[in-house]
Amino acid sequence: MSERLRVHVDPDKCQGHARCKALAPELFELDEYGNAHEAGDGTVPPGLEDKAWLAKANCPEIAIDVIEE
Amino acid sequence: MSDVNQPAAHPPVTDWVHDFDHTDPQWTEDPFPIWDELRAVSPVVHTKRFLCCYLPTTYEAVREIANDTEHFSSRRIIVRDVRPEITSRNAAPPITSDPPEHKPAKQLLLPPFTPDAMKKLEPRVRAICNELIDDFIADGKVDAATRYSKYIPVRAIAHMLGIPESDSDLFINWIHMILELGIKDENKLLQAVQEMTAYFSSHIEARKNKPTEDLISYLMNARDKDGNPLEDSHVLGSLRLLLIAGIDTTWSAIGSSLWHLAKTPADRARLIAEPGLIPTAVEELLRAYSPVTMAREVVKETTVSGCPVEAGNMVLLSFPAANRDPKMFPDADKVVIDRRENRHAAFGLGIHRCVGSNLARMEMQVALEEWLKRIPDFRLDPTGTVTWSQGTVRGPRQLPFLLGKAM
Repeated sequence: MSERLRVHVDPDKCQGHARCKALAPELFELDEYGNAHEAGDGTVPPGLEDKAWLAKANCPEIAIDVIEE
Repeated sequence: MSDVNQPAAHPPVTDWVHDFDHTDPQWTEDPFPIWDELRAVSPVVHTKRFLCCYLPTTYEAVREIANDTEHFSSRRIIVRDVRPEITSRNAAPPITSDPPEHKPAKQLLLPPFTPDAMKKLEPRVRAICNELIDDFIADGKVDAATRYSKYIPVRAIAHMLGIPESDSDLFINWIHMILELGIKDENKLLQAVQEMTAYFSSHIEARKNKPTEDLISYLMNARDKDGNPLEDSHVLGSLRLLLIAGIDTTWSAIGSSLWHLAKTPADRARLIAEPGLIPTAVEELLRAYSPVTMAREVVKETTVSGCPVEAGNMVLLSFPAANRDPKMFPDADKVVIDRRENRHAAFGLGIHRCVGSNLARMEMQVALEEWLKRIPDFRLDPTGTVTWSQGTVRGPRQLPFLLGKAM
């Protein structure tokens, strides 16, 4: 069974480095200050799983969770 | 490069663990073995120089301090020989602000620096790079620090602020006086701040009658959280900050990147073959050669990674040393041009994350792309000398290259 992933940005930890947006633009959005939040409900479409993990591994503030559902 | 006319010469360091000095020529030339030595001894070391100062040596210790605004204040952000009184004249919000003043001051500056805003600026930066290259490409040799990397950020920020790009040398001189000479000579720093204030005041006055579409007008039109316009001193402080922070930092990062590529033909060949890898390479070059070391002042005693720190001391917050911590980065001492996992702290950690990080990244990417497109072959000139800036921002200040294939 293939797992389904969801990404979540902790708004209290995000400082707007915007690495997630650069690495996985389909999964993250930036607000007017450049701080990130997950696109939609954070569901990772099939094929973008690697990008989700990559975004998490490059967040300097450890603000990104990848949840396996 | 150390300056010859320093008023207070520091004795050479013989005991780095108990007497470190980030202005020592050995640190300026090659700090990496020093950081490795100190990190092996303790996550936090101390010096009596600079009226007493700590240096966190590990990524974790740097992160702890950056995230602890209760015990560590940003009111002083340069480690110097003196601790002049803090006034609105030398404050530069938000970089010198602590909570709760920090957040509103920072939010004012963030919108013009988002990745989308940087995309609009990118064509101008690309043109600047090519104009600079046009000037020297036929010569077969160039000092890439003084003819290329130096002018990209200064002209880009001038363009954003709406001040003449042709005033670049003026700005570069002020920054040299503040960040390098100012560590040991208060008068040089004050003179530069005064001149900058006068310069920007006239640009503010001009816009009072005739508003423009640039960053200066943006700040003049900004409102604080109560809906009031910013005081002139706040606008001036922010403008000084943008100019200071936006120039020799990225100048250094572009210079260090070119220095690495000049002496590493394999990395150069790979980026030419795979230009899509350049953004990843930029992150790795930022990690390995992070230009910016910040500072904090301990305002309340606490512990960092188990080490006690006492109020009244400064902290040299070395993001560059953190980025060389092998516990955080495998092969920390090597440039791994396609490193996939890279939580480097080159732009800081916590609430003071560099406002201009998206600008710096764009400038570095464009500067490397345009250079490699037009100058795929280059190497260090064996008859020249590479020199490095001293103190808070580290990067090459002379970078003599030979252009073209080696004979």
